[in-house]
Amino acid sequence: MMADGKAETGKKGLGAHLGGHLQENGMLVALVAIVFFFTLVVRVAIDVDFLSAQNITNLFLQNSYVIIMALGMLLVIVAGHIDLSVGSVAAFTGAVAATLSVSWHWPVIAVIPTVLLVGGLIGAAQGYWVAYWRIPSFIVTLAGMLVFRGSTLWLLGGQNIGPFPKSFQSLSTGFVPDFFMVDKPNVTAIVVVTVAALIMVVLAWRSRQRDAEFGIEPEPMGLFVARSLIISAALIFVGYKLASFRGLPNVVVVLTVLTVLYAFFTENTTTGRRIYALGGNEKAAKLSGINTNRLVFLCFTNMGVLAALAGMIVTARLNSATPKAGTGFELDVIAAVFIGGASMTGGSGKIIGVVVGALIMGVMNNGMSILGIGIDYQQVIKGLVLLAAVIFDVYNKNK
Amino acid sequence: MAVLLEMQGIGKTFPGVRALDQVNLTVEAGEIHAICGENGAGKSTLMKVLSGVYPHGSYEGEIRYDGAVLENRSIRDSESKGIIIIHQELALVPLLSIAENLFIGNEIAKNGVINWQMAFRKTEELLRKVGLNEAPGTVVGKLGVGKQQLIEIAKALAKDVRLLILDEPTAALQENDSQALLDLMLELKAQGVTQIIISHKLNEISRVADRITVIRDGSTVSTIDRADISEDRIIRDMVGRDMANRYPDRVSNPGETLLEVDGWNVWHPEQKDRQVIHDAAFHVKKGEIVGIAGLMGTGRTELAMSLFGRSYGRAHKGRVRMQGREVDVSTVQKAIAAGLSYVTEDRKALGLVLEEPIVKNISLANLAGVAMRGVLDKRREARVAEEYRKALAIRTPGVQQKVLNLSGGNQQKVVLSKWLFTEPQVLILDEPTRGIDVGAKYEIYAIMNDLAAQGRGVVMISSEMPELLGMCDRIYVMNEGRIVGELSRAEATQERIMAMILKTEGRAA
Repeated sequence: MMADGKAETGKKGLGAHLGGHLQENGMLVALVAIVFFFTLVVRVAIDVDFLSAQNITNLFLQNSYVIIMALGMLLVIVAGHIDLSVGSVAAFTGAVAATLSVSWHWPVIAVIPTVLLVGGLIGAAQGYWVAYWRIPSFIVTLAGMLVFRGSTLWLLGGQNIGPFPKSFQSLSTGFVPDFFMVDKPNVTAIVVVTVAALIMVVLAWRSRQRDAEFGIEPEPMGLFVARSLIISAALIFVGYKLASFRGLPNVVVVLTVLTVLYAFFTENTTTGRRIYALGGNEKAAKLSGINTNRLVFLCFTNMGVLAALAGMIVTARLNSATPKAGTGFELDVIAAVFIGGASMTGGSGKIIGVVVGALIMGVMNNGMSILGIGIDYQQVIKGLVLLAAVIFDVYNKNK
Repeated sequence: MAVLLEMQGIGKTFPGVRALDQVNLTVEAGEIHAICGENGAGKSTLMKVLSGVYPHGSYEGEIRYDGAVLENRSIRDSESKGIIIIHQELALVPLLSIAENLFIGNEIAKNGVINWQMAFRKTEELLRKVGLNEAPGTVVGKLGVGKQQLIEIAKALAKDVRLLILDEPTAALQENDSQALLDLMLELKAQGVTQIIISHKLNEISRVADRITVIRDGSTVSTIDRADISEDRIIRDMVGRDMANRYPDRVSNPGETLLEVDGWNVWHPEQKDRQVIHDAAFHVKKGEIVGIAGLMGTGRTELAMSLFGRSYGRAHKGRVRMQGREVDVSTVQKAIAAGLSYVTEDRKALGLVLEEPIVKNISLANLAGVAMRGVLDKRREARVAEEYRKALAIRTPGVQQKVLNLSGGNQQKVVLSKWLFTEPQVLILDEPTRGIDVGAKYEIYAIMNDLAAQGRGVVMISSEMPELLGMCDRIYVMNEGRIVGELSRAEATQERIMAMILKTEGRAA
């Protein structure tokens, strides 16, 4: 009856489309709204420009680690698992980086791959128990959280290690040099951002064409144009602001490259597709010849590598490895993934959603700090936003 | 006889779908009333309207029950009036005992403190009524599906049932359990419990039902009295046309041997000394449909799954040959590469990713077939899905639909498409028509015949003997983990198959 096909003919109206895409665009709209809100309130309350070049730069520097780890966490959560250890792993790998770089004077070029390898090994070790011994990931990574927090303390001997050589610091606080030799604004930044916006619009247009080819009814032209305009305008605005400050931060470049890579991986590769199938129905995936254990193992290994990258960025930003670094990161990261629309039971969630989710958390952290809202209220508000986002998502799916 | 229930002009609309339209149903007190219809015809929706799952106001029409207008706001409402529904998927808590399950939500308690002595005594009484010889403290999960079904009925009796609705109660039961259940229904009828049974199994319906109402496309087609019940009549009303032949014609022309299994032994995955499959040997030829008959739990599924990448059991021993060459089937990937496919009996749990669209389900077992160096070609993927949609006549608005929204028959076609796309030489189909209505069954049979005509080998595992007899060139009979006999199409009869099973019963240690 449901499958007769008689039911779903005729064009959908604009309203239906807005409704249908609300779920996908909802968080993006929320992000824009939150940015507007803080811009307004910060201006009125303390007469400060929330969207100043410096603050936008800060926003990215402060939140890069959450976004980077959220990319990996999405894979873990899509596969139907969770990783509570990422904060401790980031702290531990940061401590390893400090030991290698500061105490042993290794060159940056050797430190970075070594630390990434250490992160990968940690992830692999946890993934091994989850994938091949079927120990619940909650337990394994809870153990990991304690083990690597302790290991951080041990490695640092309870002390901070720093400062780092300039070359290591640039991982977090460095900027892409301007190739156009004009002082300000930074032309490279503007060119890169403009080209990125163009590519994005072209890709969106092509996927729209392809939708039509597959018989998926495309969203109305107006909606498409409006969305493309808003996103490109936002991109170019951010780019211009960054250009008028110190240019493109290295971190932003790393972030963008990773985001594009992971988005491509999850949507366009066989391995990515298999991870979603595994999360959607593990038994069916297994009986379809998919090596589900290995995929789980890989997801955790990948998470470890990204946690190590985040750990180095955080350490470089603070310019010292501290025993307390990364405390509570796992919660921010997991929250970002769920705000971004991933399903609790695995099998669904998008990279772009996760990035938007992380930015929402980031903008709120930043905005509330500027307003001088106490950490007590901040926690309460963040908690409520997480709850509201997930309720919104569930409500939308049940509608 | 007095009329107990009268549903008049019932209509129900879901977004975009008119599920029920002008359905009338009259049930007399003390009768067993069967409701027949293809999957998706609206039977379950109608029962949900009756039992309060869809509250009053969300449907059109009027329900009169026991002389008064019935306006249920919830399931609790309808239960308080003695209308109790037993769903297809059993709603028992596997880790709790029988007694605990019987009184869930209905505990014998004073101020929230449960009186276990009383509960156990009542449980014993109820179990006696349904003819189940188990201790009240037994954990439900340890019992078979047949016994669990009886517990569901006991649970209904505990609530002082007046109108008992059974939604496909025997779908998951094997022959003797089904018979016991039908006997129980007749006994309850003698005690004055009015019953509504939804079932696909026409022989069962004609055994117990006093009257049958047939529903097609959300409307009542006819109500047939006991005297006029015949399978042909029911089928005609259900599908809206005569089904002179329930099995499509086929010219059988077996060629060389494709799959050959011998000395296949498998042990239970947990219980180390328990051997599940003993020295199984069978073969399938090109263009042949081979049946595996046997009662449920005799190891047919275990045999198939153990061959398909050791998906069942441990310590596998034996030889598998494909076109004379020994092949390695130790993982699912290797089994697929060797040309083997296994279409599971449990398509929702083991066959499909329900939340994903048709297109992603079809490509799942052969992603390399729609990818270049690990990068998916979504255009090609959609084209492939579209081809199978047409070839197998999957009824859907488009291949981007979630498989969750498809009917059982169409879901089965998606699973078949998935496996056909791996280009198998031999397909093992495990209960391929379970839970599928008559019309779709015929289509699945036709697809099987096509596969054989293309020169593939088909193995069909089924609990329904008529379909094995109607479809297969040869039938192997399995019992207690052994293949106990082989019958050609000419030799095979239901009696012979049953005789083979009974003769070997209890032979194994």
